[in-house]
Amino acid sequence: MDLKDKILTSFLAFEDHVDVHSSIHDIRSEAIKIFETQGFPSKKEEDWKYTSLKSITKQDYSVFPKQENAIEYSDVKKYFIHDIDTYKIVFIDGKYSSHLSQTTHEGIDVCLMSSALEKEKYKATVNQYFNKVAKQTSLTALNTAFSKEGAYIHIPKHKVVEKPIQIVHFSTGNESALMLQPRNLIVVEENAQVQIIERHQSLTSNPVFTNSVTEIFVNKSAQLDYYKIQNDNQEASLIDSTFVEQKDKSFASVHTFSFGGKLTRNNLNFYQNGEYLDSTMKGITIIGDKQHVDHNTLVHHIEPNCESHQDYKGIFNDNSTGVFNGKVLVEKEAQKTNAFQANNNILTSDKATINTKPQLEIFADDVKCSHGCTIGQLDESALFYMKQRGIPEKEAKALLMYAFSNNVLSSVKIPELKQRITKLIANKLAVKIGFDL
Amino acid sequence: MLKIENLHSNIGDKAILKGINLDVKPGEVHAIMGPNGAGKSTLASVVAGKEEYEITEGRILLDKENIEDLSAEERAHKGIFLSFQYPVEIPGVSVTNFMKTAINETRKAKGLEDMPANEMLKMIKEKAELLEIDRKFLSRSLNEGFSGGEKKRNEIFQMAMLEPKLAILDETDSGLDIDALRIVSNGVNKLKSKDNAVIVITHYQRLLDYIVPDFVHVLMDGKIVKSGDASLALKLEEKGYDWIKEEMKA
Repeated sequence: MDLKDKILTSFLAFEDHVDVHSSIHDIRSEAIKIFETQGFPSKKEEDWKYTSLKSITKQDYSVFPKQENAIEYSDVKKYFIHDIDTYKIVFIDGKYSSHLSQTTHEGIDVCLMSSALEKEKYKATVNQYFNKVAKQTSLTALNTAFSKEGAYIHIPKHKVVEKPIQIVHFSTGNESALMLQPRNLIVVEENAQVQIIERHQSLTSNPVFTNSVTEIFVNKSAQLDYYKIQNDNQEASLIDSTFVEQKDKSFASVHTFSFGGKLTRNNLNFYQNGEYLDSTMKGITIIGDKQHVDHNTLVHHIEPNCESHQDYKGIFNDNSTGVFNGKVLVEKEAQKTNAFQANNNILTSDKATINTKPQLEIFADDVKCSHGCTIGQLDESALFYMKQRGIPEKEAKALLMYAFSNNVLSSVKIPELKQRITKLIANKLAVKIGFDL
Repeated sequence: MLKIENLHSNIGDKAILKGINLDVKPGEVHAIMGPNGAGKSTLASVVAGKEEYEITEGRILLDKENIEDLSAEERAHKGIFLSFQYPVEIPGVSVTNFMKTAINETRKAKGLEDMPANEMLKMIKEKAELLEIDRKFLSRSLNEGFSGGEKKRNEIFQMAMLEPKLAILDETDSGLDIDALRIVSNGVNKLKSKDNAVIVITHYQRLLDYIVPDFVHVLMDGKIVKSGDASLALKLEEKGYDWIKEEMKA
């Protein structure tokens, strides 16, 4: 039985456990039909031309993990930003881990999707926001069909959340191969502010396939900063689909740091349903071996006077492959749009590949839209300059790669996180230089 | 100290240096002048070890040792310093961190431990004062957004930190106003000793009022066509290069 058939069969079993009278039931049933019709995306589709899921979908995954697994905090501490106080929503093999988590209902809701979907007091918010911005195509529909667990974050009006929130998914390798489908809902109400850090981490070399969907609503004058750390091991693959809807004068940023994993696909979609708002998307990708990272972004400028900023840097070593597909869609009404997009790449090996495609569709006539993509090698004159000062080639290259990605890093607002990312970069570049990167 | 014998060098198929001879002894200052495109900067790059330039003939000796096959960093470790005409901007790496890396990598190559942090700080402070560099400047990204003068001053600051045996200053005076010129030359003069040597590449006599050369060489079309003392630079300033061309024809 192939993975699709297995999933369709599992859906019947899954539905046995949930309340068929809930409104969520209808949403799930609709979604599974979409997945049944569309199946997994193939390279024949324009959006998946350079990313093949074949090697991932051929595995025999457990769709439901059998049991809850305990892990000790001391064993996984290093995967957290642990030098600052944070809220934590932690999952182990798809199941909520209460002993690793630190949730809250005091003034804000930082808790679980499962309880939000079940409990009466969340019903109004869930009805208003759940599955409202996620576009139901194959993989997202599949996630919707199985949507049950994940992070639920609701920040009420005018609330500035001081502590960042960490959402961490561990997989323990208890199953020979595991498929996970976390579903997150984040609602930031008017004038509220929150920072979120998300990470997926496999703890063994057993294959893991995560199909994650996150819906984010940033209401009037609210601020959201979302950071994704993708540094998983060689057998872990991630499809991350994130949908952000923004209202008037809001600010939302998503930073994606992709340093590991077998295959990573980021579908990042911004919908600007308001005026004078700002959407920022930044990414650093540094990969090697046969790793693959694909960034597929969309900014939909619907209303006038808005801005979007995209800045993605990629460094591809060995046989690694990268994809950047950045779509900016400016509607006729969206006058005075200011849309900026940059994608700069360095290939350090003859066998590394990047496919980069800016895609601008502009129907308004009074806009500023710029895009630029570059593919190059490291700057020889800069290398010579550094070597002339006595810095050996390997260290000089590492410093240059760090310098290359630095302006993406400079907009990270949590200093401890910034420090952690620079350390990950130094590790990735395998250098120890005269100072801490 | 530095001996260049019949040096020929190409970039691609194009011959740039066509038989250079130069002998620089410890304690000496040599000036190399010449029109644009004569090969002055190429000579500096070839001595410093830039790989794009192929040495087709001749030798470069540092303290009687052949250095043509050494990498740029190995030559730097042996005490060759090049002050760049166009210093490269490296955003995200501060001047201080860059210097720490350069000094400790050089020490590592010599089998020494890292320089202790307090010693490093003391040295940075001392050398920054010598070049009248503000502290804040040192935490800025290397050369990023620096004015022309700041870049050049920063080059000489790095030279002061690395204490090279042989410093080659490639048009260090270009883009400097008169105050910066004074500070930079003052720095170079204070760093000079009987054990090290300086090669100054310049278009103008102006710099040589401050850094007084023992020898002046004229480089034209890849060859040193005339050498003399400091007075040669004055004559070039006054008369240009045409008279040398005439002399050569004759």
